[in-house]
Amino acid sequence: MVGRKDVLDLNDFTAAEIEQVLRTADAMREILTRPIKRVPALRGKTVVNLFFEPSTRTRVSFELAAKALSADVVNISASGSSVEKGESLVDTVRTLQALGADVVVMRHSQSGAPYLVAQQVQASVINAGDGWHAHPTQALLDLYTVREHFGRIAGLRVVIVGDILHSRVARSNVWGFTRLGAHVVLCGPPTLLPPLDGHTDGYGLPPVAVCTDLEAALEGADVVMALRLQRERQQAGLLPSLREYIARYQITAERLRRTAPHAIVMHPGPLNEGVEIAPDVARSDRSVIEQQVTNGVAVRMALLYLLTGASDER
Amino acid sequence: MSAESLRILLRGGRVMDPARRLDLTGDVLLVGGRIAYAGPPLDPREAEADQIFDATGLVIAPGFIDLHCHLREPGQEAKETIATGTRAAARGGFTTVCAMANTSPPIDCRPLLEYVQQTARREGVVRVFSLAAVTRGLAGQELTEMAELAAAGAIAFSDDGVPIASSRIMRAALAYSRLCGRPIMPHCDDPELLAGGTMNEGPVAACLGLKGIPAAGEEAMVARDLALAALTGGRLHIAHVSTAGAVDLIRRAKARGVAVTAEATPHHLALTDAWVAGHRWEGHGQPYDTSTKVNPPLRSEADRQALLAGLRDGTIDAIATDHAPHTLVDKLCPYDEAAFGISGLETALGTLLRLVEHGELTLDLVIEKLTIGPARVFGLPYGTLQPGQAADVVVFDPQTTWVVDPTRFASKGRNTPLAGQRLRGRVEATFVGGRLVHQTEEFAARQTRALVTR
Repeated sequence: MVGRKDVLDLNDFTAAEIEQVLRTADAMREILTRPIKRVPALRGKTVVNLFFEPSTRTRVSFELAAKALSADVVNISASGSSVEKGESLVDTVRTLQALGADVVVMRHSQSGAPYLVAQQVQASVINAGDGWHAHPTQALLDLYTVREHFGRIAGLRVVIVGDILHSRVARSNVWGFTRLGAHVVLCGPPTLLPPLDGHTDGYGLPPVAVCTDLEAALEGADVVMALRLQRERQQAGLLPSLREYIARYQITAERLRRTAPHAIVMHPGPLNEGVEIAPDVARSDRSVIEQQVTNGVAVRMALLYLLTGASDER
Repeated sequence: MSAESLRILLRGGRVMDPARRLDLTGDVLLVGGRIAYAGPPLDPREAEADQIFDATGLVIAPGFIDLHCHLREPGQEAKETIATGTRAAARGGFTTVCAMANTSPPIDCRPLLEYVQQTARREGVVRVFSLAAVTRGLAGQELTEMAELAAAGAIAFSDDGVPIASSRIMRAALAYSRLCGRPIMPHCDDPELLAGGTMNEGPVAACLGLKGIPAAGEEAMVARDLALAALTGGRLHIAHVSTAGAVDLIRRAKARGVAVTAEATPHHLALTDAWVAGHRWEGHGQPYDTSTKVNPPLRSEADRQALLAGLRDGTIDAIATDHAPHTLVDKLCPYDEAAFGISGLETALGTLLRLVEHGELTLDLVIEKLTIGPARVFGLPYGTLQPGQAADVVVFDPQTTWVVDPTRFASKGRNTPLAGQRLRGRVEATFVGGRLVHQTEEFAARQTRALVTR
């Protein structure tokens, strides 16, 4: 993380950098168990949560993380697009910079928007989700949760199920899990899988297995991650019915018999219980969904600390 | 001395005129705005030149012809004007440009066509032909008065920028265009497959999380338009072919005798969708650099190879820039919101000579596809050094390298993914009708004293 200004995706993280974040998150988690959950590491720093898309859990998670480090936190939710507001994204962010933001935590509905912002400002930019592209802090908290459970990442079989095409969580997890040596399988209906084959000059996703048959995908899985299914996919004609999606792709207790016996079930939230995941599975002892949320705060504290708090000591 | 009788001698260059299969070291003599001679070295005394330029080491070729550029006037003068766009053309070695009709308002009636023609005569430094819209307001519903527009000088008809969704209207346009003998030039894509897409559909788009534009959309529309051309007997010129499947469809249609021609752009011939993710020839670019956003999008390496093959075997008749200048504001935004288009007039030759340097095209073929190739597509009386023709001539140094600096463009459009890249091949001088409309300082220094004074 040394010398890094921004966290835009995990594709440019080395395995050592990811490990550093996870180790730092261990220390942060300890802070969160104290009676007074606050350290002065980011005192005097300003963290701006700039959310162009509605979000509860990610925004609150960042806010709690920043406050636990004693940063000043400003929340801006620009509902609707910047175009509707009549102010361009670049103008908005330059204004925040002029107001003294040290870190801009940004969520935007368009893939790549944080890259534009990161080029325009000296402040650190953390991508809290951009379009279909990336959600690196979600992937880091997923890695943290899996590592916590298994003690390792390398060699695990991680199956990500659902709407891969439109999922920034899936993309960032592909980078994170493969970089740490896991085997990743992407599973979903053909209309919700991205095209991954072909010449890219090195600009494609790392090699992963892709399959449309959930039963086959789950064979021997250590980690099963269900993705949220947006109902608009059916309206767009990508799915014939929710009923057929559930029949083929819902994570059920029955289907989980095919996994390794110790397998865990994850979900980035918010859940559509009864759609991508059966309610009893979401609440079962295999589910680590609540740990994911808790770990999110620690991982985001680690990133904020490594990006700004630690920089004074360099 | 009047310009009409000025005698300009370009000496000792590599004279290349693919129309006449000419490629030799020799001289070109321009007299009174026309080509008087192009061939082996002349006796300088015989030339009786008023001005002599030493062209040693330089290529002398017919001025380039661009079948496809956006000059943005009227209506979008912040992006480009006829004055700036034609200066950019001159710097790129182009002596004739064909301006697209998707201005604001679009060129869909005679007074607007005449406005462009008059502005070009007054302010343009190269020859400008205007296209006219196929449908009123580019709305895809009613044909323009094509016969009148053609009689007034519309060189072809195009709704470029938007595909013509209605097969019925496209059929009518192709059939009706037989009245005027001018081609219909479609922007082939399926509007529903295109909708919301911002780059080529494929593994790079999958990685970047951008909505793809599938090659199949272009191919489906090319197939439709070829079938309609065969049905109606109308002339079809397919703009900016970008996919392997489209090249194949056009190749087979030509073999069947369909009246079709096609063009490809320098950026589709040289760049791929990896550039959207930051790939560059030298160094690295930023991912999501909006200067790579263009329609049709930069495609895959396999598509690029197919375009090169199509150029070599004659399936693709011409190289056209699709010069699409935009303002900074149009491009300084997230990728999805950015305007489509690359400012291409000033980098076309350098881009193409890179392909020559890498053995992908021959210099002779590049010049052919920039001169006599496009001249034939639109039936223009240019594109050759045949004596008697207008003295539209480009002189370029095929070896000099330069680094693309968009802030130094004559075009208002600085939107190019080639910024900072080193190109080989620089235009040294451009003559239109014998008049020097662009020259570098180095070329000016090559003028030698006339040996014979008259």
